[in-house]
Parts: sequence; structure tokens; C-alpha cells
Amino acid sequence: MSRKILAAAFPPTVPVLMGYLSIGMAFGLMLQAVGYGPLWAVFMSVIIYAGSGQYLGCTLLATAAPLPQVAMLTLLLNFRHIFYGLSLLDKFRGTGWRKPYLIFALTDATSALLPSIEPPRGVDPDRFYFAIAMLDHSYWILGSLIGATIGSLIQFDTTGIDFAMTALFVVIAVEQWKAAGKGARKHLPALIGFGCTIASVVVTRMLGSDNMLIPALVAICVLLLTLRGQLEDRGEEERT
Amino acid sequence: MTTAEAVASILVMAGVTFLTRLAPFALFGRGGKPPRVVTYLGQVLPPAVIAMLIIYCVRNIDLFAGSHGLPELLCVAVVAILHVWKGNNLLSIFGGTILYMVLVQAVFV
Repeated sequence: MSRKILAAAFPPTVPVLMGYLSIGMAFGLMLQAVGYGPLWAVFMSVIIYAGSGQYLGCTLLATAAPLPQVAMLTLLLNFRHIFYGLSLLDKFRGTGWRKPYLIFALTDATSALLPSIEPPRGVDPDRFYFAIAMLDHSYWILGSLIGATIGSLIQFDTTGIDFAMTALFVVIAVEQWKAAGKGARKHLPALIGFGCTIASVVVTRMLGSDNMLIPALVAICVLLLTLRGQLEDRGEEERT
Repeated sequence: MTTAEAVASILVMAGVTFLTRLAPFALFGRGGKPPRVVTYLGQVLPPAVIAMLIIYCVRNIDLFAGSHGLPELLCVAVVAILHVWKGNNLLSIFGGTILYMVLVQAVFV
């Protein structure tokens, strides 16, 4: 990769650099706290490369979740990615051998960045997008390595660090709430999510089971599909 | 959990994550349009799932014993307020997590 391409690709990634270094560090610390060191952090960040997905991964590893549950939760959490690609279909056309990596690297931040930027004059677009994807990925790997290394070198009481995952989801929820706009109807999906899951926790607890996710999810999907007539936005297609 | 089981879990996470990113290109790369029900679920499912995961994170609190879930509820509120106010991911996540760690390690022992 030439210096010219890197010089063009670096400036737009600076906000991602700040975000990924710190969120990646928190991930590395959290993973270290559940007993998996720097090598594991790098392994996960290289091949999974998903912020909230890897936070959830810490919990899944810590609780030794069975593989079907791992697959289902990962699918649910990443379902939104199915829509990120839609705005990039044209941009990635004809990117050749770089295309599989560009698709792999479509995290929230990168897929938010790419549709809106164009390469400077004289810079090949395919290489430019590829460089941005690789820079963002390397920030993420570096952040998680730093976090896991700090966690393994400095001994401190990490009790409660898993709250970083809760906090991340609350942050995402606040941003979704703001993006949904005004009016109770727009917030109904989130409220359905809260309501169904709380009901599911209460019921499964009374039955003495810990498996509250599947009932919650079924209830959410049934309600959302039932209310489609009221909830569907018939105007422009918005991205969440 | 054995090393092999952990590697298997991570490979499943990686595979499923990649498939969700690949799906639009595989399904609609040749110019097709997604069915309306898929677009609809794409609008309404993400907020519902995030809400579900927040509850999932705090599912083990007991409102009637121990700390009564106070550290969790308080810190969720702090993260939400910080984020509405400043909108800074780092401040919200680190502020809430550090407060939570202090509360469970030193206050609600």
C-alpha cells in the first residue's frame, strides 16, 4: 500500500482511531477479567472484528454458552449489519479481490464512514476504501491488545468491569432513541423490547429457568409483526 | 471451557458476523430489492434487540435482596444521562463502568 494512499485515507479515520482504541481497550480488559489474555484478544479482534459482538463474546466465553446460543445471539446482535451493506452495494461493485475484506470489515463505524466520503483526486477509490478498512481494523486490534496487556500486567480488582457491556448497549439505545425522532410510535419497538424481555425474565425465573432469551425474542417478533400496519414507515427508508 | 471449545465459539461468532455483513451483497448485489418485511424488520428489530440485551445484562439482579439492584439501576441511569447530555461514547461508557466498579467493590459490599 503506497504512502500516498495511506496519507489520503488516514485523516477521515481519526475519529475512529480515538473510539476504537478506547472501546478496544475496554474489551481487552474485560476479556482478561474473564480469564483470556492478550493472544485471545488479538485473535478475536482479527477474525471477528465487531465491537458489541466481542463484548457479548466475553460473556458467552465466561458462561461457556452452547454453540447454538452463541450463533443465535451473535446473529441477533449483528442483524443490523444486513442493512448497512445496502448503501454500499454500488460503491463496492468492481472492487475485485478486495471486496471480501471490505465486506468483512463493515463495522458500524466503517459503514457509517464509507458512504459519505470520496477519495481525493488522483487516488484510486478501491485502494482508498481498502486502506480505510485496514486502518480501522488495525486500531481495533491495537486497542484490544493494549487493554488485554494492561489487564495482564497490572493486577487490580476487575469486579464489575463487565458493566462496560451494559454501558455500551445503553449508549447504543440512547443513540437509537435520538435517531428515531419524536412521537411515542417511533419508540414503540424499543419499548416492546424492554417489556417483552422483562416479562420473560419474570416468567422464566418463576419457572426456575435461566433461558429467558428465546421466549423474549419470540414475543418481540410476534408483536412487531402484528403491529406492522401501525409501525411501518411508508416514506423514506431510514437507517438505524 | 476447554481451549478447543473457546476457539469453536469464537469461530462461530466470526462466521455469523461475516454472514450478516455478506448477506446484502449476496442477496441484492445484482440489483434486487429486499422484501418489504425485511426492510421493516431492519427498522424495528435493532432497537428492540438492544433493549432486550440491556435487560439480559442486568437479568441477575434481585430487587428484593442484597443491593436490590441499586448499583445497576443507578449506573444505567448515569450512562443514559451522560450520553443524552454530552453524547460522548468514551465518557458515557468509562464513566458508568468506573462508577459501577467503585459501587460494587467499595460501597455495596
